[in-house]
Amino acid sequence: MLSIKNLHARVADKEILQGINLEIKAGEVHAIMGPNGAGKSTLASVIAGKEEFEVTQGSIELDGEDLGELAPEERAHKGVFLSFQYPVEIPGVTVTNFMKSAINETRKAQGLSEMPANEMLQQIKEKSALLEIDRKFLSRSLNEGFSGGEKKRNEIFQMAMLNPKIAILDETDSGLDIDALRIVANGVNKLKGPHNATLVITHYQRLLDYIVPDYVHVLWNGKIVKSGGPELALELEEKGYDWIKQETTA
Amino acid sequence: MAYTEEELKKELETKEYAYGFYTDIESDTFPKGLSEEIVVAISRKKEEPQWMTDWRLEAYRSWQQMEEPEWANVHYTKPNFQDISYYSAPNKKPKYNSIDEVDPELLDTFKRLGISLDEQKKLAGVAVDIVMDSVSVATTFKKTLAEKGIIFCSISEAIKEHPELVRQYLGSVVPQKDNYYAALNSAVFSDGSFCYIPKGVRCPMELSTYFRINQAGTGQFERTLVVADQGSYVSYLEGCTAPSRDENQLHAAVVELIALDDAEIKYSTVQNWFPGDKEGRGGVYNFVTKRGIAHHRAKISWTQVETGSAVTWKYPSCVLKGDDSVGEFYSIAVTNNHQQADTGTKMIHLGRNTRSTIISKGISAGKSQNSYRGLVQIGARAEGARNFSQCDSLLMGNQCGAHTFPYIEAQNKSAQIEHEATTSKIGEDQIFYCNQRGIDTESAIALIVNGFSKEVLNKLPMEFAVEAQKLLEISLEGSVG
Repeated sequence: MLSIKNLHARVADKEILQGINLEIKAGEVHAIMGPNGAGKSTLASVIAGKEEFEVTQGSIELDGEDLGELAPEERAHKGVFLSFQYPVEIPGVTVTNFMKSAINETRKAQGLSEMPANEMLQQIKEKSALLEIDRKFLSRSLNEGFSGGEKKRNEIFQMAMLNPKIAILDETDSGLDIDALRIVANGVNKLKGPHNATLVITHYQRLLDYIVPDYVHVLWNGKIVKSGGPELALELEEKGYDWIKQETTA
Repeated sequence: MAYTEEELKKELETKEYAYGFYTDIESDTFPKGLSEEIVVAISRKKEEPQWMTDWRLEAYRSWQQMEEPEWANVHYTKPNFQDISYYSAPNKKPKYNSIDEVDPELLDTFKRLGISLDEQKKLAGVAVDIVMDSVSVATTFKKTLAEKGIIFCSISEAIKEHPELVRQYLGSVVPQKDNYYAALNSAVFSDGSFCYIPKGVRCPMELSTYFRINQAGTGQFERTLVVADQGSYVSYLEGCTAPSRDENQLHAAVVELIALDDAEIKYSTVQNWFPGDKEGRGGVYNFVTKRGIAHHRAKISWTQVETGSAVTWKYPSCVLKGDDSVGEFYSIAVTNNHQQADTGTKMIHLGRNTRSTIISKGISAGKSQNSYRGLVQIGARAEGARNFSQCDSLLMGNQCGAHTFPYIEAQNKSAQIEHEATTSKIGEDQIFYCNQRGIDTESAIALIVNGFSKEVLNKLPMEFAVEAQKLLEISLEGSVG
């Protein structure tokens, strides 16, 4: 589904990604772990198409289609979703209104007509129940005055509404207490299906107790230095990132 | 008293001169320049009574003693007042015979604003067939209004038909010598609207609808007078979301509102005069004086959406004279490219327990400068007066400016005055967030701007809120990225 080959990217003069290779198949959950500054969030932003990063080499393909030349919104229309580490506030725009714009812009790009209001309401009802969201919350301004947990739950709610092919969760566990973490993880697990895939980016193993990955990759210095099954996450938790550093430099 | 021959001669000369002058300028447009003769000629042309002519002359004489104000935070070349023609007969002849002849770009804008085809024709100056809906709609409106005793007509007509009302109220809120532009307007106003709502009558419709159909082409020196008698209510909308391609560079309008005891006036404006091109060439200077007086328990509410004009100088104000009267000001001012706006309000609290609310939203883009200037004044007698002001500025890009000049003067210790202000910038992070959800940059800006302006947009009459929202989007197109 998502195929990343020899990806190099830089911001200003600093090369942050130095040859990433990653194959994610439909139905799979992959986790990327690594110390601070390894390039985890950069990888997420580059897949989503953030313009401040320049791709100097390599390719990103979604279902065989090169995303390289596409604008961020076009990538979103193709099914790329990024759950932000720090979701931004948009005062005066309610969650519902924002979702309505996002869904209808996406449908327009796909040549579909606007989603009828009753269908939209039905969707909102279903997905907010899934994420245990009080619907009053949806008439508040997007992320304005939201707690850390509310922001992340709102990200997953949007993911549920947009139904992406590939969902990238960037540090979704940061700022969450244990109850919020459980709710968010449950949501993600329920949304998993044979036709979509998930890429979880995290610093800690904690989230992976709830969202169990099929594969774990360790990112360091802009490269994937080690890949394995879920047990790799536990090993990392136990031995720390220094273990990887020593192993790769040895 | 016997005249000397000398005096007789003189009188004859001046009379002949006046007459001769009058015939000389029988044509539809007066020669350029301003003088007492021109002022008199305008008054004669409009067949006004002597008191009106005298009133205009008084204004003209005051204007001559005045200086063009320079305190506003705007920079422009002062107009040459002798290089303007002060009267031009309304052009009844349609500019086009069919809508196909109209500039397609203009039609496209109309379409995007959601303006109906009939109205598009009217606004663009296309000949309208007599049987067309708009005419019959207008007639129906007129009938409905007349049944309620509501007077709604041009100010020229009102001067002739309802002189007692006009004489009583004209200049009672904005005196002739109030300020430089108000004095100029008082001397030379070409036309405008008059509205009177009788005691206890609730005007059954937004006067906007009627207004848009009948008065699409407004003058350079417009004069508006709205009188709401005791316990009456009226909602009035002036202007138009459609782009006005007026060739007159200077616009100096005066609007006066009188809300008698227990009356309510809601006055909404959408201003979209030509703002000049991207390099700041051309564009209208919009120097407007708007003020309302609220008597006991009366309420005046100003709502404005300002997107046009190269230079805007405008402070719709409320004199809260009566006890328990209420003043409100809701404003969105958008500046883009090289536009400059210095706008805000004055809330003058004179009566007891008077209340005022100010919500101002300034949006600056391009190389524009956007200033809020507001005065909250609490008089010595205004026991228990309250004001709440909120001024929010939104910046787009790195080359524009937002400024806030709040003035507060309180002479009564029991007054409560609150002022809140915020300045924010549309960030790349916000845009990227929207992009990532499938919303392109233009739509993202529209969404953010609408969110920012929502409190004010909500105050507009329904049918206009939608158009105004689209107008904001169009005004800011291409301002980021």
